[in-house]
Amino acid sequence: MRRASWFNVTSLTLGFAFLYLPMVLLVFYSFNSSKLVTVWAGFSTKWYGELIRNEAFLDAAVVTLKVAVISSTLATILGTMAAYVLVRGGKFLGRTLFSGMIYAPLVMPEVITGLSLLLLFIGIGLDRGVLTIVLAHTTFSMCYVSVVVSSRLVTFDRSLEEAALDLGCSPFDAFRLVTLPIIAPAVISGWLLAFTLSLDDLVIASFTTGPSSTTLPIKIWSAVRLGVSPEINALSTIMIGVVTVGVITASLISKRRTVKAQQDLQAAERGIS
Amino acid sequence: MNIRRFVLIAVPYAWLLALFFIPFFIVLKISLSDLALAIPPYSPTVKDGILNMLSAFDFENFTFLASDDLYWKAYLSSLKIALISTVLALLVGYPMAYGMARAPDEWRPTLMMLVILPFWTSFLIRVYAWVGILSNEGLLNQLLLWVGWIDAPLAIMNTTTAVYIGIVYTYLPFMILPIYAALDRLDESLIEAAEDLGCSRTTAFWLVTVPLSRNGIIAGCFLVFIPALGEFVIPSLLGGSGTLMIGKVLFEEFFNNRDWPVASAVAVVLLLILIVPITLFQRNQQRQAEADT
Repeated sequence: MRRASWFNVTSLTLGFAFLYLPMVLLVFYSFNSSKLVTVWAGFSTKWYGELIRNEAFLDAAVVTLKVAVISSTLATILGTMAAYVLVRGGKFLGRTLFSGMIYAPLVMPEVITGLSLLLLFIGIGLDRGVLTIVLAHTTFSMCYVSVVVSSRLVTFDRSLEEAALDLGCSPFDAFRLVTLPIIAPAVISGWLLAFTLSLDDLVIASFTTGPSSTTLPIKIWSAVRLGVSPEINALSTIMIGVVTVGVITASLISKRRTVKAQQDLQAAERGIS
Repeated sequence: MNIRRFVLIAVPYAWLLALFFIPFFIVLKISLSDLALAIPPYSPTVKDGILNMLSAFDFENFTFLASDDLYWKAYLSSLKIALISTVLALLVGYPMAYGMARAPDEWRPTLMMLVILPFWTSFLIRVYAWVGILSNEGLLNQLLLWVGWIDAPLAIMNTTTAVYIGIVYTYLPFMILPIYAALDRLDESLIEAAEDLGCSRTTAFWLVTVPLSRNGIIAGCFLVFIPALGEFVIPSLLGGSGTLMIGKVLFEEFFNNRDWPVASAVAVVLLLILIVPITLFQRNQQRQAEADT
């Protein structure tokens, strides 16, 4: 039987305090009425009001969401295709290069990815703006999607697909009716991952954006370079809140699903015996 | 080969070729060009003709990198900062992963979620959160002054120490997860066997647990070291002007000095340095995958 030793409890408590205290303090001080961020002067929500009235931030938020939705959707389609090719594609010319190009962007420093894409866009004379950021984000997020989806495809029982084909499905129908529903959770988490990566990206967006389209991270960056600002604290709090609610909801849904699947399995076993 | 299979392979393949593979050759090409007062600010360009362009290539930017000590100091200091941060992350991350693996089963999903949650939160915001803590009037200094441990504020912000804290903080989940995965798979009867055969708990830990979690440790260290080496946001925000890191030098060379050829040469050298840890990491992953089957 496992026992919680004092050493393990201490290291977990200290470790999680280290991970969470900075964010808790950030949230706490976003409700500070003083302009001086580190001096507590009473509770106030005035920075949230200022934030909502700040049109530059709102514009940047719209651009960021637009880029994130388009690029994560494209990345999910391309990444799922790439995962399918990697796991089921068999042999084809240049397979090694293909898998190399899937894994390399995951370890590539952002400054290099950003620089190389910018030089490409300038080389082919593409005006920089929302389109170029979308292209850049799609390229690196499709690799993350493909890693997530291919790890699900590897554990997938291939005989199910073969059964569908034997029963007269076309390969596309077999994919649509059998494979896709089974890998759907991985595809959805791939999309969420791509969406978060796009929302979060500062370096690649700085390289590939034009003067007309500023994303939220670029806006935050230029504000925080000058030091701590209460408006950014308020914005951070909103972003942390959205993510926390999202992740907890997602994990509750998947937990309920596992429990239900187990109950179904037990019911089926009782039925057999 | 049917048309559907061709499309399935060709679309993602072409996308990656055009937007990942070819751009590297453009970087390589520009790193061999000269700075020019033109748009784009380098010469020769394709307009000069392919042959003229190739013959005008030289290694001037690379000899410049070697002769100016700013650059090799930046590479060395990046390596040093990445290495020290990796060791620190291991020292913080291993006990946490160990604690998670030893925790009661019903706690584990929650602990796991607590490790992953920061990963979904904005990287930029997590780094920014430290500015308010580490600065001279920051919360840490206020606390230490109030307790009476120090008489004058500690200068942590804009030093390398702040960069270490930032890297360990943001990349800690990458260290914890592979080590936890390795410890979770570990057969506990092996430790019991070691203890039955006369090992103390500490000796059993060093002789059994640590060697068996080796693959997780190696994977975690590379997952922290590789991104830390080219990091830009953390040294710029927390390290101030005194901290030299190559990602920051590249960014400034490009945006502030507008010297594209030198920026490209910096990128090429950084890539060459990264090939070593990336190859080692992949070899480790492959060995582990083979061991699993």
